[in-house]
Amino acid sequence: MNGPVDPNSWQYREINARAPGLSYLSDALIELVEDGHPIMVGTADLQYSNGLVRFAQRFPERFTQFGISEQNMVSAAAGIATTGAMPFVATFASFLALLCCEQIRTDVAYSALPVRLIGHHAGISLGFYGTSHHATEDLAIMRSIADLTVVAPADGPQLAAAIKASVNHARPIYFRIGRGQEPVVYDNGVDFQFGKAIAHGGGSELTIIACGQMVHPSREAFHALRSAGKSVGLIDMHTIKPLDTKAVLAAAARSRIILTVEEHNVLGGLGGAVAEVLAEAGSPARLIRHGIRDEYSLIAPPTHLYRHYRLDAPGIEATVIEALD
Amino acid sequence: MPKPNALPEVAPRPDADRIALLRNKAEFVRLETLRLIQIAKVGHYSSVFSCAEIFATLYYDAMRLKRGEPQWPGRDRFLMGKGHAAVGLYPLLVDWEFFSKDVLDGYTRLGNPLGDHPDMRKVPGIDFSSGSIGHALSGGLGMALGGRAVSRKYDVYVLLGDGEMQEGQVWEAALSAAHHKAGNLIAIVDRNGFQLDGQVDDIINIEPLADKWTAFGWQVHEVDGHDVVALATLFRRLKTDAERTRPVCIIANTSKGKGVGYMESEPGWHLGYLAPSDEALAAEEIKRGGIAQ
Repeated sequence: MNGPVDPNSWQYREINARAPGLSYLSDALIELVEDGHPIMVGTADLQYSNGLVRFAQRFPERFTQFGISEQNMVSAAAGIATTGAMPFVATFASFLALLCCEQIRTDVAYSALPVRLIGHHAGISLGFYGTSHHATEDLAIMRSIADLTVVAPADGPQLAAAIKASVNHARPIYFRIGRGQEPVVYDNGVDFQFGKAIAHGGGSELTIIACGQMVHPSREAFHALRSAGKSVGLIDMHTIKPLDTKAVLAAAARSRIILTVEEHNVLGGLGGAVAEVLAEAGSPARLIRHGIRDEYSLIAPPTHLYRHYRLDAPGIEATVIEALD
Repeated sequence: MPKPNALPEVAPRPDADRIALLRNKAEFVRLETLRLIQIAKVGHYSSVFSCAEIFATLYYDAMRLKRGEPQWPGRDRFLMGKGHAAVGLYPLLVDWEFFSKDVLDGYTRLGNPLGDHPDMRKVPGIDFSSGSIGHALSGGLGMALGGRAVSRKYDVYVLLGDGEMQEGQVWEAALSAAHHKAGNLIAIVDRNGFQLDGQVDDIINIEPLADKWTAFGWQVHEVDGHDVVALATLFRRLKTDAERTRPVCIIANTSKGKGVGYMESEPGWHLGYLAPSDEALAAEEIKRGGIAQ
């Protein structure tokens, strides 16, 4: 449903060179089509930003360019899902979760249609594009929508695994992903199950619970802290909803402190979800929520922002050391 | 090049029996609406009355449906942007044996699936939930596109309110449907002229409406929305045009509250409740055929 895309065009080459993480998205979807799944893909004028041009090139008849009409795209995806096809629609997380919130709630989640919503460039990863393009509220908004599964994969391989696992998951899903430039965490493959956290190691002093783009820097901090003799644990909480409460409570039983790390407002997202579990269970573990502290992010290149908000490996490591003091 | 609104000349007119059936079903819609709203104690009588002939013609002449099989994959789809008219549709779904009359008679009571707005999760025969105005045309577009992907041939009818034309998403869908050549998508605008706060064109003028849809790339027809012969003939002509690539917009000129004089003359009747004596008067007028044919 789209004109052919020239694979030699600068946009096509650039997306693969600059954001290799996003090629996992198209490749996983291509593989699903080749395996006979009735996948349909749509985007709203962002096929180069999210790399879905790669999918469009391979299966143009299964790709719909909706243009700049995000709300129309989400409602149409709901309509597509009623026919037995499985739609994946992608746009910036800020537009998907905020602009299309009602379409997601009413047309997709309430109607229990297996639409896969892909919010890319989440958090502050669009750097100097500014607040309109930052998504630091999406986890809180999506998490409050009943019957919606919310997933924040750590890297390309985990995203691919989650996309493939989604064909056996009948519920609507919100995938929160980064800008495709995240370093790989799971270079030896990953076993992905919705709602099943991945423990990277336990510790008696503190356990870091991270999601999405924050898993890689958290893991670097975790390794550095362990080398320095700290008894620290790390959990990749890729599914924000349904939350793996067992993993949270097990960590709280073992560690004195739980530190959540997310590229999101500390209100309502991963930190909020973990806080609810700990409080309801009467856990004595202390919780520290690390993320954006209920403010609008500054303008800067993304790496500068991660440093400023202490969401890079040294920042996370320093936050842990302060917590332990 | 075909003319913009060219349709096959052969227009199989409904015969006398069919015309009588359609009029009878429209009357049934109105009487059932009166009855059900007396259960709920409040409802959108006049919003249903303006589209009673449209419901009747779609469900008893135009749409391909299978009795007792609301999920039949080959069925034509029906979506409502003006979901608040669902009370008039539910009785037809019972008539098609999609669910039982017992359920209908519990309209809006605690735990019953039938509310003021239609819910696809709860009500067999409802193809898409609605309530927030402006989403339905996009949903219908998705069904049209999805049907292509799974190789199913059906038409998708979307009933829109005229006040709904003020929603931006309608025009996103309008652009998108024409661009993607969703020829099996048929929008019907119930042009009854009123919305909650008053006359549509006083609130936000939507004219020239036909020109707007034409400019968006749609095949546009205007019809008297209370004339079952005109409606049925138009739907039949569309059915015979199998090669249609342009989506179709039918502007159905209607009267809000059609069939009950005091509702037609009082715009405040968007949402209301009838005292038993008024209900009896309304029922009498509907049965008498107060509707101009």
